[in-house]
Amino acid sequence: MPTFLRETSLKRHNVLDLLFRNLTRVSAFGVLALLAAIIGSLVMGSMPAINAFGFGFLTSSEWDPVNDQFGALIPIVGTLITSGIALLIAIPVSFGIALFLTELSPRILRRPLGIAIELLAGIPSIIYGMWGLFVFAPLFADHIEPWLNDRFGAMPYIGPFLSGPPMGIGMLTAGIILAIMVIPFIAAVMRDVFEIVPTLLKESAYGLGSTTWEVMWNIVLPYTKIGVVGGIMLGLGRALGETMAVTFVIGNAHELHKSLLMPGNSIASALANEFTEAYGELYTSALIELGLILFFITFVVLSLARFMLYKLGQREGKVT
Amino acid sequence: MMLDLYTRRRITNAIGLTVSMLTMAFGLFWLIWILWTLLEYGLPALTPLVFTQMTPPPGSGGGLLNAIAGSLAMTLVGTLIGTPIGILAGTYLAEFGQRGWLAPVTRFINDVLLSAPSIVIGLFVYEIYVVHVKHFSGWAGTLALAIIVIPIVIRTTENMLRLIPNTLREAAAALGAPQWKVVSFVTLRAARAGIITGVMLAIARISGETAPLLFTALNNQFWSSNMDQPMANLPVVIFQFAMSPYEDWQQLAWAGALLITLSVLTLNILARVLFRQSATTY
Repeated sequence: MPTFLRETSLKRHNVLDLLFRNLTRVSAFGVLALLAAIIGSLVMGSMPAINAFGFGFLTSSEWDPVNDQFGALIPIVGTLITSGIALLIAIPVSFGIALFLTELSPRILRRPLGIAIELLAGIPSIIYGMWGLFVFAPLFADHIEPWLNDRFGAMPYIGPFLSGPPMGIGMLTAGIILAIMVIPFIAAVMRDVFEIVPTLLKESAYGLGSTTWEVMWNIVLPYTKIGVVGGIMLGLGRALGETMAVTFVIGNAHELHKSLLMPGNSIASALANEFTEAYGELYTSALIELGLILFFITFVVLSLARFMLYKLGQREGKVT
Repeated sequence: MMLDLYTRRRITNAIGLTVSMLTMAFGLFWLIWILWTLLEYGLPALTPLVFTQMTPPPGSGGGLLNAIAGSLAMTLVGTLIGTPIGILAGTYLAEFGQRGWLAPVTRFINDVLLSAPSIVIGLFVYEIYVVHVKHFSGWAGTLALAIIVIPIVIRTTENMLRLIPNTLREAAAALGAPQWKVVSFVTLRAARAGIITGVMLAIARISGETAPLLFTALNNQFWSSNMDQPMANLPVVIFQFAMSPYEDWQQLAWAGALLITLSVLTLNILARVLFRQSATTY
C-alpha cells in the first residue's frame, strides 16, 4: 500500500529529525557543561588552599613551599604589570596597523599584509619564548637596559621603575614580548570594526574637507569606540593568560620589586614551572587556586570584551 | 610665525599617516626577525637525524622522532574528537538556535572559551583525569587538545553556515526534504570549504600548544606508541631542551621550533588561500 509506505517514511524522518536536532542541542549544551566542569574542578582542587588561607591568599606575598605558606600577591601583580606594559605598547601600534590596513594601504597589498599580521598571531607562543630568551633578551640587556638606566635611572618618580641590573630577563622584557603577541589580535579586531563604518559617513566627512587623520579620529573612532575597547579587552585577555612566552623571559622569581627590569612571576608561568614538581596536597592546591584566579580574571575580561563587540554588532544592524 | 589652521591640519595628518605606516613596518619587523632567527638557528640543526633518532640524553647525538610522532598522534586524535562535537554544536547555533536561551548563552560562553588561557585547560584535565588514573598520559594530552579544538570549530562552523543563503534551505525544504537532510546534505555541504578551513586553523592552533600538555602528556624520553603512558611531544621537548644548559639539546630545540613554526604557518596560509572569506578566529 503506497499510503502506508509514505506514512512510515514520514514517521521515520520525523524521528530522525528529532534525533538530529537533539544531537546538535546536546553538543551545544556540552559547551556550557564544559565551562561548569572547568570551574567546578578548579574550585574542588583549590579547596584545601582556600580552607587553609582564606582571603589572605590574595594579599599575602609569601610563597614558601618548605613551610607550606602560600600567597598569590606576587604572581597576580606580575600578571597585571606585564599585561599592562603589553597593552601600553600594543594599543597605539594596533591602531596604526588597523588604520593602515583600512585606509592607507594600496588595495593589492591589503590582503597580503593583513595575512602577514595574522601570521604573527599564528606563531606558537613557545617560539616567542625561545626567541625572547635567546635573541631578544641578550640584545635588550646589552643595549636597551643600560640606556634606560642612564637616561631615566636618576629621574624622580619613574627612575626606580626603570633602573636595575641589565639582565635582559624580567617584567619589562616579558611585557614587550606579550605586546608583540597581542598586537595581531587587537589589530585584527580594530580592522574588522573599522570596516563596518558606513562609507556614507566617511565620504560625508571627506566631502566637507576632512583629512584622512580627521576622518579616522573624529568619525571612525567615535563610531566604533565600543568595538575598539572590546578588541583591547580581548587582547588583554590573551595577555593575562599567556604562558610559555612569559615563562621563558620573566625570570620566575617570587619577588616583588619596584623595578621593571627585575625578574618577577606571573600566574601562568608559576603554574608552568612549579606544577609538575609540586609536592604535597597544599602546594598543588595553592597552584590550582592560582589557576582559578587566572580563569576568573580572564573570564571577566573576556566577557566584557565579547559584550562590547556584540553591542557594536547590534548597532551595525540598526543604524545602517 | 603662527601656522594657519589649514597647514596645522595638514601637518597633523601627515604625522598621523606616517606613524601609521611606521607601526605597520613595526609589526612586520617582528615577524621577519622571528622567522629569520628560526631559520638561522633551526636550519643548521635540521639534519636527517632529527627525523630518524629518538630524543637523546644530554651530551650525545639524537633526534626528535618520538616527539614528532607523539605530537602527530595527539594532534590527530584530539582533532578527531573535537571536530564532530564542534560541528554539531555549531550547527545547532546556526540552524536550530533561533528560539530559546541555549543558543545565545552557548555562543557567548563559546566565544569566551575561545580565548581562555590554555594552561587552565591543562589544569582542568589534570584535575578530572590525571589525578584519577594517577599518571600522566597521551590520552590526557589528547583530551586537553580536543577541548581547545571545540570552540574554534564551533565558531567557524556557525559563521560559515550563516553565510549560506536561506533560499538554498527553502529550496531543499520545498522538495520535501526533512530538516536533518536539509542541514546535513545541503547547508553543511555548501559550507564545507569554510568548515575545513576552521578545522585547519584549529589544528594549527593546537600543534603549537605547550601549556596544556605540561600537566597532561608530560614527556617521554623514549618511543611510545601507548597513549596510556606519558608521551613525548614537540612543544614540551622544545621547552625542556631550550631551558636546559646543554648545547646539543638547545640545537635540537631550535630544529623542533623551526618544524613547528613552518607547519603552523603553512596551515595558516593554506587555510586562508583555500577559503578567501574572512575566517579569523580571534
